[in-house]
Amino acid sequence: MNSTALKWFGRSWMLLVYAFLFLPIFTLVAYSFNDSQLVTVWSHASLRWYKALMQDSDLIAAVMLSLKIAFLSALISVFFGLFSAFALHRYRRFTGRGLLSSLASTPLVMPDVIVGLSLLLMLVSVQQALGYPERGLFTILLGHALLGTAYATVVVRSRLTEMDSKLEEAAMDLGCRPWQVFTLVTLPLLMPALLSAFLLTFTLSFDDVVLSSFLSGPGYSTMPMVIFSRARLGLNPSINALATVTIVIVSVVVIASTLYSLRQDRQRKRDIALAQHE
Amino acid sequence: MASLMQSLKRSMPAWLTGRRLVIGLPYAWFLILAFLPVLIVLKISLSEMQTTAVSGMVSWQGAWPSIKLDVSSYLFLASDELYLATYLSSISYAFYTTVICLGLGYPFAYFMARAPKKWQALLVMLIMLPFWTSFLLRIYAWKTLLVNNGLINNALLAIGWIDSPIEMLNTPFSLMIGMVYSYLPFMILPLYANLSKLDGRYLEAAADLGCHPFKTFWLITVPLSKAGIVAGCMLVFIPAVGEYVIPELLGGPNTLMIGRVLWDEFFSNNDWPMAGAVTIVMLLLIMLPLAIYNKLQSEGRA
Repeated sequence: MNSTALKWFGRSWMLLVYAFLFLPIFTLVAYSFNDSQLVTVWSHASLRWYKALMQDSDLIAAVMLSLKIAFLSALISVFFGLFSAFALHRYRRFTGRGLLSSLASTPLVMPDVIVGLSLLLMLVSVQQALGYPERGLFTILLGHALLGTAYATVVVRSRLTEMDSKLEEAAMDLGCRPWQVFTLVTLPLLMPALLSAFLLTFTLSFDDVVLSSFLSGPGYSTMPMVIFSRARLGLNPSINALATVTIVIVSVVVIASTLYSLRQDRQRKRDIALAQHE
Repeated sequence: MASLMQSLKRSMPAWLTGRRLVIGLPYAWFLILAFLPVLIVLKISLSEMQTTAVSGMVSWQGAWPSIKLDVSSYLFLASDELYLATYLSSISYAFYTTVICLGLGYPFAYFMARAPKKWQALLVMLIMLPFWTSFLLRIYAWKTLLVNNGLINNALLAIGWIDSPIEMLNTPFSLMIGMVYSYLPFMILPLYANLSKLDGRYLEAAADLGCHPFKTFWLITVPLSKAGIVAGCMLVFIPAVGEYVIPELLGGPNTLMIGRVLWDEFFSNNDWPMAGAVTIVMLLLIMLPLAIYNKLQSEGRA
């Protein structure tokens, strides 16, 4: 195979994989505008399922609950993720550093069912001993925040690794207290990473069905739990409409935040170049 | 600000330094939420199920604790052939998923790493984009595609490759489609991260010395990307063993996956010690890959 053939082979391979990854998303969107009751037969375009979605109060309540949990869980995850990433990055030697590092990365790969079941059994034991917490929003939140903290740690830690430590050293040389170095230098530099960690952990929480099913109590159904129970029963076109709405919102947010962090990056590089020039 | 910090500092106990706080806070968080629960599952798996609750393991007889271990759940697990078959089939589904993801993902990551630099950020974003849209909805979409009167069967019928619809949904085939589909990005991203750092000079040196490109690929590129291959395989294999949602939605009633067994033991049979035992055995099965994964994580950061 010569190099032109290889190039074309590579391009078509990539195209096929992208097609495989995007095919389901395109069908979800396309069929959400289908008038037919059957998800598989195309009749004609209509907004029928969007109207049905707007009147679906169960689903709307579930979306609201999911948004609330996702927002809180993302805040908590970024907070603890910042601490654990900073601890692992800054302090090279302390007792049990290896254990912290493994504990922080294990939830990333651990099957959901194991995390869900073990957290639930712990919470039940705690409840038997203390009478608290009731299963519901708080317990779901704990599960999502655990998973989110693990992801936030990875995001913040990789940003810390590629960050230039000279800026922090300069601040220290100029007499900043460690606390001031952190708030005035480190934190602003970490802002883009914290933002992307927030978005990632928000999405993870908004998407989770297994942990929520284990940890939720009566009356607390998140959006994925409702979708899952309907999808198990069969195909339902208003789910396609819901999917399209979320896809549009997510794409806008992801693209906007990518553009924002690219611009921040360029701005910082310009500032550094300018400072060095002077 | 400074005076506030100072008064805060004075009011803090002497042992609570900044360093201890920064390390202690995430440590406590993970110990309580990730480590303690596993110990509790172990304890419950060794308890006996009573009508309303799990029996206590430790009872006090005078000053002496008497510990009662009930291994009946484990004995049942070992004696029942269905559990063994389920564990084996979970592992083989996870294995095939990993192999197919590697086969599809390696060339993809390789070509992505060699694409023009200005395109790479966009290509990576396109891999991440499906990941940002709900996993559940994407799996649900495969249901619409694979069903008997779905898009794929209709397309195949229309071009005349088949005469009657192929039964695809609720078979091992649809399960594998869903698994490969969901886990492929987790294979591609670590491979790409690794391959994009590959020093091109090694390849040039090999070419200068008259090495055939295919031989260069096998002798240089593949061995140098070993860390990426192992990381990608672990990221796919470990969660795939315990997968619940994909077999439930795409696998039909006959595909055996251990995640489903655990779910049913807990939610349908309400047998907590059994669910605990299933979990502990699953944990033991993924212990080795998990250890490799954790070792890679800590090496990668060092």
